[in-house]
Amino acid sequence: MKFRTFAAFVGPSLLLMMIFIAAPLVSVLWQSFHLTQNVFETVETERCTPGFPNAVCETITVDRPVLDENGEIQTVTSFVGWQSYSRVLDPDALGAAISSGDWWSILNIDFWGALRFTLTFTLVTLPLVIGVGLLIAITVNNAVKTIRGPAIFISLLPFIITPVIGALSIRWLFVGDGILTALMESWSGQDIAMFAQGWTIELLMMFYRVWHVAPFAFVIFYAGLQTVNMDTLESAIIDGASRFERLRYVIVPHLMPLIVFIALIHLMDSYRVFEEVIGFRSEAHRISLQWLTFDYLTPDDSGNRSVSRASASSMLTMVGIVILLVPLLRRTWRDHKGS
Amino acid sequence: MKLRTLALAAAVSLMGTTAYADCAFENTQEVTMLSAGFEAWKAVTDAMAECGMVAAELDQEFREKQPEAFAADPSLYQLGGVSNGTLTPLLNAGTIRPLDDLVEQYGQNLNPNQLIRVDGQIMAIAMMVNTQHLMYRNDIFADLGLEVPTSYDEVLEVAAAIQEAGVVDYPLGATMAAGWNLAQDFNNMFLGFGGTFVNDDNTPNINTEAGMNALEMMAALTEYMDPEYLTSDSTYVQQQFQQGKIAMANLWASRAGAMNDEAESQVVGLVSGAAAPVAMEGGAPATTIWWDGIVVAANISDEEAENAFRVAMEGLDTEMVTSNNDAAIWLIEGFEPGALAEGAIATAVAGPAPYPSTTQMGLMHSAIGNNVADFLTGAATAEATLQAIEADYTTAAEEAGLL
Repeated sequence: MKFRTFAAFVGPSLLLMMIFIAAPLVSVLWQSFHLTQNVFETVETERCTPGFPNAVCETITVDRPVLDENGEIQTVTSFVGWQSYSRVLDPDALGAAISSGDWWSILNIDFWGALRFTLTFTLVTLPLVIGVGLLIAITVNNAVKTIRGPAIFISLLPFIITPVIGALSIRWLFVGDGILTALMESWSGQDIAMFAQGWTIELLMMFYRVWHVAPFAFVIFYAGLQTVNMDTLESAIIDGASRFERLRYVIVPHLMPLIVFIALIHLMDSYRVFEEVIGFRSEAHRISLQWLTFDYLTPDDSGNRSVSRASASSMLTMVGIVILLVPLLRRTWRDHKGS
Repeated sequence: MKLRTLALAAAVSLMGTTAYADCAFENTQEVTMLSAGFEAWKAVTDAMAECGMVAAELDQEFREKQPEAFAADPSLYQLGGVSNGTLTPLLNAGTIRPLDDLVEQYGQNLNPNQLIRVDGQIMAIAMMVNTQHLMYRNDIFADLGLEVPTSYDEVLEVAAAIQEAGVVDYPLGATMAAGWNLAQDFNNMFLGFGGTFVNDDNTPNINTEAGMNALEMMAALTEYMDPEYLTSDSTYVQQQFQQGKIAMANLWASRAGAMNDEAESQVVGLVSGAAAPVAMEGGAPATTIWWDGIVVAANISDEEAENAFRVAMEGLDTEMVTSNNDAAIWLIEGFEPGALAEGAIATAVAGPAPYPSTTQMGLMHSAIGNNVADFLTGAATAEATLQAIEADYTTAAEEAGLL
């Protein structure tokens, strides 16, 4: 291909990637090393609030941001190095928790608790999504032709639902005396509260994620199954390979690139677990790294927000994803070079 | 002939419901507004809409939008619904205008209690007060011969008695959803035990006896609650009441009206209000006083501001209050406190602290909301929780430039 043609094809997409991926990334990186603060002045002020029967006035001292001549809040931005990162990672509290010998207290530090949950969530759901997806794909593939269409349609439904809505509906099935909790209570004869302790919420979150994402894996695997070499499969049968051996030695190796692909996508997605925390209202028991970033960014009643810490937390999330992806990417690279 | 009758009938029926029927003037300019989304705001914005050309956005997440929307030039909304908590960022950024002239011209019906003055200037018009106070099932209390508790120690005793009788699923409900709600519950208790959040030099003052007492009392109360209390917000507690699952709760006055809503509630007429209990002997009720009201954006023309203010006054008139009497504890002339308002008014008269809305308090509120749950789930000790709150606050305050 001529260079001009190549550039004409790739140029627009490169430009868009610069605008929508590279530029925001650079901006977040810059913000994570800088801190913008309001300039405050301390003033005495008289405030009146409604009271019964008459208004109550009191004089208090408040710290008020200074406004410049345009009526905007005056701010100073300064380079702070790794300060925001260290505030997110909180090495002092980590050191104290380790030296006290109480390992569980590490999980009370926001970042490390969130990291623990995020990693468990990602690594537990990964094999389940691949396994369940493969299982559905093989089942549908072996099903009678006439029911294949409806079976595919029904299997895909969970994937179509908006994640937050899906999480909310699962929550409503289980919260308080929700239908499924009531059912479990009548089976076991015990009073069950699924949202009263962390581990049950964590289980529900993982269940929800597998339910939601397995159809995606299913579709990919099902497409892959259509390309399995029938000759190889038949010769395996002639050689006396059992059903399991055919799966193990013919089908899975054939699907391996797809398995790696699904694993890559799933690792990236589930390391950013967020909807489950919102949908299940699990902040009291379980938080994720992405939720932590969101929490830093959400302004409080007085309008404060921690943009620098949020940026640092985003960068750390990105680093985490890259570390998780390295083994898979190396494998893909080896295969690529091998071929 | 028939057609004419029909047209006449249509015209007459239109006149009855016409948009300008209950408004003193015909509004010809668009008025935009952003406020919270609870019942009282619906009543006020509906009354304003009778003047025509009113575009009101009622959104419970308004606190995240409002500061940015008002900082735009021209402001994205002319009017804002605020509470004493969410007034601070607007005041700080100077994006709302003083209303003294407008009040003089159009505010004859306002009573002095409604005028929110900051340094002598009227910055907001309050319409209602809101406070968390004790609501209880009067039938259960009468059946079991229980006295209405006035202190949290008595609340524990009464809760134990109700638990024993087994008449409801859980004796207590509480707005303890992790985050803002949980922090507010701690604030109530902390102030009730005489605590002050921040020292004069902006350093935190949470790790004190008041802090310890507040945490211990909260933990003691949770024994009588639905075990999923860490996900229970105001709406959840309201529904628990409506479905007859709880017997007592320290709940917002703005939720009282829903108890007698026949469409939703199974306990119509069975819920009464009383003053919020005190946390310690001789203290003020362990709660805070809030108000909700209207502000006018600074970044709009004077003409727009004048028109918007006139429309707002139509929304805050006596007519609106008489037709929505039980929706809130109105500050507006014409309000007749009903049975459900008694508790809130008794609370207010006893003089608890107004919510201390400052930049520091915003940071403190977040720090509390993110840490108290660890204590209640048993993941951290009370001591460690208070230390973690102080550490989080200190980090945030240093970052904000206050320390």
